[in-house]
Amino acid sequence: MNRIDPILRVEEVAKSFTMHLRGGLSIPVVEHVAFEVHAGECVVLGGPSGAGKSSILKMVWGNYGVDRGRIAVDGVSGVTDVATAAPREVLALRRSTMGYVSQFLRVVPRVATLDVVMEPALAQGLDPAEAKRRAEGLLSRLNVPERLWSLPPATFSGGEQQRVNIARGMIAEVRLLLLDEPTASLDAANRAAVVDLIEAKKAAGTALLGIFHDIDVRDRVATRIVDVTGFATRRDAA
Amino acid sequence: MTAPIKPAEGYAFAYLDEQTKRMIRRAILKAVAIPGHQVPFAARDMPMPYGWGTGGIQVTAAILGPADVLKVIDQGADDTTNAVSIRAFFQKTAGVAVTTRTSEATVVQTRHRIPEKPLVAGQTLVYQVPIPEPLRFLEPRETETRVMHALADYGLMHVKLYEDIATHGHIAKTYAYPVKVEGRYVMDPSPIPKFDNPKMHMSPALQLFGAGREKRIYALPPFTRVASLDFEDHPFERTRFEAPCALCGATDAYLDEVVIDDRGGRMFVCSDTDHCETRRQEGHRGALLGDIPEEARS
Amino acid sequence: MTAPLLEARGLTKWYGDRLGCRDVAFDIHEGEVLAIVGESGSGKSTLLSLLSGQLAPTSGSVAYRMRDGAIRDLVSLSEAERRFLFRTDWGFVHQDAAKGLRMGVSAGGNVGERLMAVGARHYGDIRAKAEDWLERVEIEVGRIDEKPTAYSGGMRQRLQIARNLVTAPRLVFMDEPTGGLDVSVQARLLDLLRRLVADMGLAVIVVTHDLAVARLLSDRIMVMRRGRVIEAGLTDRVLDDPREAYTQLLVSSILQP
Repeated sequence: MNRIDPILRVEEVAKSFTMHLRGGLSIPVVEHVAFEVHAGECVVLGGPSGAGKSSILKMVWGNYGVDRGRIAVDGVSGVTDVATAAPREVLALRRSTMGYVSQFLRVVPRVATLDVVMEPALAQGLDPAEAKRRAEGLLSRLNVPERLWSLPPATFSGGEQQRVNIARGMIAEVRLLLLDEPTASLDAANRAAVVDLIEAKKAAGTALLGIFHDIDVRDRVATRIVDVTGFATRRDAA
Repeated sequence: MTAPIKPAEGYAFAYLDEQTKRMIRRAILKAVAIPGHQVPFAARDMPMPYGWGTGGIQVTAAILGPADVLKVIDQGADDTTNAVSIRAFFQKTAGVAVTTRTSEATVVQTRHRIPEKPLVAGQTLVYQVPIPEPLRFLEPRETETRVMHALADYGLMHVKLYEDIATHGHIAKTYAYPVKVEGRYVMDPSPIPKFDNPKMHMSPALQLFGAGREKRIYALPPFTRVASLDFEDHPFERTRFEAPCALCGATDAYLDEVVIDDRGGRMFVCSDTDHCETRRQEGHRGALLGDIPEEARS
Repeated sequence: MTAPLLEARGLTKWYGDRLGCRDVAFDIHEGEVLAIVGESGSGKSTLLSLLSGQLAPTSGSVAYRMRDGAIRDLVSLSEAERRFLFRTDWGFVHQDAAKGLRMGVSAGGNVGERLMAVGARHYGDIRAKAEDWLERVEIEVGRIDEKPTAYSGGMRQRLQIARNLVTAPRLVFMDEPTGGLDVSVQARLLDLLRRLVADMGLAVIVVTHDLAVARLLSDRIMVMRRGRVIEAGLTDRVLDDPREAYTQLLVSSILQP
């Protein structure tokens, strides 16, 4: 892992929300955001609730717009600035370079768990048999009972859905993996399984950027902690 | 054959006025120039109801000359009401010679049959057409069917045949069986039995189709390629009959089923009366006549 | 990068002095799903008609890359060429299945029509293809000879999709494809559409007022209001971080179960 260039470089990023339904109220979120994530490290965004950790993660993933600044992702086919990239480029980046484990599972109803998990690997062009083997391996490690694999996850418990979601996020081989509280509703055994998976990704050279509220987990996986409090915008009392 | 007679006083030759006949001839010329294409024309009211051959009569009136010999058949027969009336009509208004013999006729007006005796160069066959549009029952909009013809957009026609095979195991259509003319226009051959379809192909005679109610004329000039629509694995097949004609013994003619008593007895006889009579005169005998010469029976 | 499959520029349509849509521009490539969302009267349907060449624009152009690679402006296509596109390279899935199907023709005939329109003349082959497509859209093959009138709403919609996809089109237009269906039936249809889009690498332009449908089906969204595109972008960006007042209103109006 002697790469000099980071996989992710965030420079001078600012974000605010304009609430048109509330008379155009502007809510600043973060500004001057700057940090890097290199291959093989897990950078954890730290800071209290509402400090903008989740917004930063979403800007990197592309589902939040960016007001200013640059989010450079070193992808399979060159560097893409997510802040200004066309939708098509962001989609290509998500297929080839980025993975995302969100807090909530959002899938099409009626699709079987195994297929939900396999999808990102298939989208990368992985052989279906190999994708199935990997998906089964991940679901086993995350203790999702085999009898559930052929069922759609919509009716699963919160913890089961969360683990399906983690398997889905971990299956593809990506350079940059974003983790949004992946262990939020898991018990100790499953938290340990997720920690193992994250360690394996680090060892394989993946750059990880995550949010973990569980201090224990955070301390076990974090290479560095970036405190986002420093990026919070000053809100003058109105 | 009857000799020409003096037409009735007070009528234009063949009933229609000269301007009307000219208009119809122009439509016929266009139809001949574009085989299988339906040409609109300003059909006149005729002294008979629609469905009795008003389209065919107008076409016949427009092409008839004093030297012509006219034959009129209805379902193959010269002696049914419709045929007799139309023949009498032209005898009276044009004074032309009339005949029941296919070989003697120069113009044959027909409802729903093509004579068994192959037509020759110089003869004209005029079809009475009830519904000229082959796509009508698949696509009710005239504007749309016209565009479909213009673009040769005929997939729908095969959908109909597909449905037949799916439902019956074979193409069940036995009359008004659609044809493709010179590889271009799909045409309704009028309700002739599909048995007659092959006779249209490369016929040396001129074939004209007139639809009075729908005001359309279309044509097959001599020696036009006419192919019945089909599928490669369900090719077009001519209707075959199990028994020969009970009167003349013909095995290659289109037969009508005739009930002969009230105990369910029936026989199959030629629908083409001229063909049947000619054969009998030539000495052919069907099962019902046995070997008894016809003179001896009466 | 190859040229877009379809490229709209400055598309504007006036109906007299009433605006249909104005200055619409976008590209779509193979494999992309674009959702056009907005309320009734926002210009979605006008735009769909312009894009599919069924309506001539007042100004602007729609360039389409034909199968032979030639790029043609749809306005310059002859009626024959346009119809040919519509039965080969394009599909159109209507909200009302009765508009997109021949209700008097069997399911097999409905699927086979496009094949016959482009010259298929072997009954056995046509039927085998129709059976294959019924299977792909999860309709029991044993019902191939039934007419769509005997089908449920969801089945009709799936049959419509089979009928459109049998000639392997590259671009499919969909006008509220799940409108009027029960929720469970909708879910099944959406799942099926997603799979077919992925398997066949289809480009899809789907008009919907249902943001949940847009989220599940599309990669990109264009939000229309009063004939104009007021916001466009990645589907999850537009829905998770809507910028325009009207988009925020739309997103905040979704009912959550």
